[in-house]
Amino acid sequence: MAMVRRGLHLRFRKKVVQISASRVLLYIFIGALVCFTALPLIYVVVTAFKPIDELLKFPPQFIVKKPTLQSFKDLVVAASSSSVPFLRNVVNSIFIAVSNVLLTIVVASMGAYSMAKMQLPLKKQIFSLVVAAMMFPATVLTIPTYMIVDGLGMINTYWALIVPKVAGAFNFFMMKQFCEQIPIPILEAARIDGATELRIFRSIVFPFLSPAIATLVVFSFTGIWNDGSGDLIYITNEAMRTLPTAISSIATGGLSRSGAMTAATFIMTTPTIIIYTLMQRRVIETMAHSGIK
Amino acid sequence: MATATLAKEASKKRVRTKKIKGGGVSSKKDVATAILFFLPFFVLFCIFTIGPVVNSFYYSLTNFDLIQKPDWVGLDNYQGLFLDDELFMTAFKNTLYFALISGPVGYIMSFIMAWVLNDLKGRTAFALAFYAPSITSGTAMGVVWGYFFSPDRYGLINNTLINMGIISSPILWTSDASTILPCCIFIQIWMSMGTGFLVFMAGLQNQDRELIEAGSLDGIKSRFQELFYIVLPQMKPQLLFGAINTISSSFGVFSIIQSFAGFPTPNYAGHTLVAHLYDYAFVKFEMGYASAIAVVLFVITFAAGKLCMWMLTDKD
Repeated sequence: MAMVRRGLHLRFRKKVVQISASRVLLYIFIGALVCFTALPLIYVVVTAFKPIDELLKFPPQFIVKKPTLQSFKDLVVAASSSSVPFLRNVVNSIFIAVSNVLLTIVVASMGAYSMAKMQLPLKKQIFSLVVAAMMFPATVLTIPTYMIVDGLGMINTYWALIVPKVAGAFNFFMMKQFCEQIPIPILEAARIDGATELRIFRSIVFPFLSPAIATLVVFSFTGIWNDGSGDLIYITNEAMRTLPTAISSIATGGLSRSGAMTAATFIMTTPTIIIYTLMQRRVIETMAHSGIK
Repeated sequence: MATATLAKEASKKRVRTKKIKGGGVSSKKDVATAILFFLPFFVLFCIFTIGPVVNSFYYSLTNFDLIQKPDWVGLDNYQGLFLDDELFMTAFKNTLYFALISGPVGYIMSFIMAWVLNDLKGRTAFALAFYAPSITSGTAMGVVWGYFFSPDRYGLINNTLINMGIISSPILWTSDASTILPCCIFIQIWMSMGTGFLVFMAGLQNQDRELIEAGSLDGIKSRFQELFYIVLPQMKPQLLFGAINTISSSFGVFSIIQSFAGFPTPNYAGHTLVAHLYDYAFVKFEMGYASAIAVVLFVITFAAGKLCMWMLTDKD
C-alpha cells in the first residue's frame, strides 16, 4: 500500500512513476472479478431506473439509456391500492430486523464469551451440540418449529418473527470462534485489578469483538431483512406483513407492475448496503483506536 | 526456518497459559457467573433449535402425515430409504458430487480472496461487491444467471461460444442432464463465497500484528511464508467456522438447483437429498419419511464437520 501511495505521490510531482507492475495486474484482476460478482447488484440498481420498454428487452441490458423514476411512481400506486399502506410494511421490517439484530448481538456474544473464556461446565459437549444443530437440514425443521411457536401462543405476534432466530447456531458459533482469540493475559490483568465480569465484558471483550460484531450485524440483518418465510408461516394479519411478502404480492399483480417490482427490489436492497458500509467503517475506526492491538 | 520455530514457540506459550488457567481452581462464583452469561442463549437455543431437531428425530421413526398423530413404525422409514428407494441413491450420489466439488473450491477461493483483498486500498468497496450476491439473493440473482445460461442463442455464454465458432447450436444448459449439476456448482460457488469471505476478512483484522513484525525480523522471506507460518495458525477459529458453514451449505443445496432447472429436474439430474426431502415433506406430506432423509443427511454432514473440527482445533 505504501508503495502505491509513494508512486502516486511521485507521479503528482511529475517524477519517475514507481508502481510495481504486479500490483497493477493484481488490481486489474481483482477489479474484473469484483465486477463479475457485483453483477446482480448492478442489475438491481440499473433496472430500477429503466423505462418500461427497456425493462422488457431481451437479452437484458446492463446499461440504462433513458433513466426515469417511473418505476418508483408505479410502486407508490401499486402499494397504495392494497389495504395496508406500504409504509407500514417498511416499519414492520425495520422493527423486526433491528430488534432481532440487537438481541442477537447481546445473547450471542455473552454466551460465546462464556463458552470461550469463562468457567462454563460441559463446554465441549454443548459446543458439539451447537455444531450438530448447524448441520441439521433446516428444510425439515419448518413444521416442528411451527408447532413450538404455536404451543407458546406466539402465532400472529411479532414475537414469532423475532425470538426464534435470536439464538441461531450459526451466529453463536461465529462469535465463539472470535472469542477464542481474546488474549487471556488481558482478561487476567483486569480480573486482578478487581473488574467484574460484566465490566470486563463491556470494556474489553466487546471492543475486541467489534469486527466480529460488525460481521454478525451484516449477516443477521441480511438474513432477516430478505426472509419473508416467517410471516407467511406465522402471521395471518395483513397489517403485520414485512417487506419481502408485500413485494411478492406486488409482483403477482401482472406485467404492468413489473416496473414497480424493480423499484421495490431496489428499496429492499439499499438498507443492507448502507448497514454493510456503516459497519465496515466502524470496524476500521474501532480497530485503530482500541488499545488492544 | 528460524521463523517457524519462533511462531511455534509463541503458540506453545499460549497453549501453556491456557493450560495453567484451565487446571487452576475454579470457584463456585466463577461457574455461576459463566452460567448466567450463557443462560439467555442456551434457553432460546434449546427451545427453538434443539426442540425441533429432537422432534424430527422422533418423527423419523413414525408415519406422520401432519393431520393424524404420528404413528410409531420403528426403523421402517430407514429401511425403505436404503433398500427400496432408488431415487434416494441418485440424490445421495448427486449431493456428494456437488458438495465434494463446490465445498472445497468455494472455501479455498473465499480465503484467498479475503487474504489478497485485506491489504488492498479500497477493500471495503471490493468486499461489498464480493458480498453482493448474498445481499441480492433471490430474484436479481435468478435474472443474472438466467441471462448467463439462457438455453437459446441470446444467452451470454451460448452467444459468446457461437460467435467464437466453438459451437454451432446453443447448449441447453438448464435442461440437459449433463450440464445441470456443473452449472449449479458454478452458481453455488459464485453465490456462497460471501459468507466465508466476510468472516475471513474480519479474522484477518484480528491478527496479532506483533507476531507478523516479529516474523519479519526473524527472516520471513515472502508473503507466502507469512501466510503459512503466522497467519493461518492464528486464523484457526475462523477457518473452522468457514469450513463448517461451507459443509452445511454445500450438502444442503436445493434452492439454487430448483430455480435453475425446476423441480423435479429433468431425468433427476439435479436431484439432491434436500430436494428428495422437500418432495416428501411438502409435496407428498410424509413427514416421517422426510425426517428420516434429514437424519441421514445430518449424519453425513456431521461426520464431515467432526473431521474439520478435529483438524482445525488446537489439541491441548
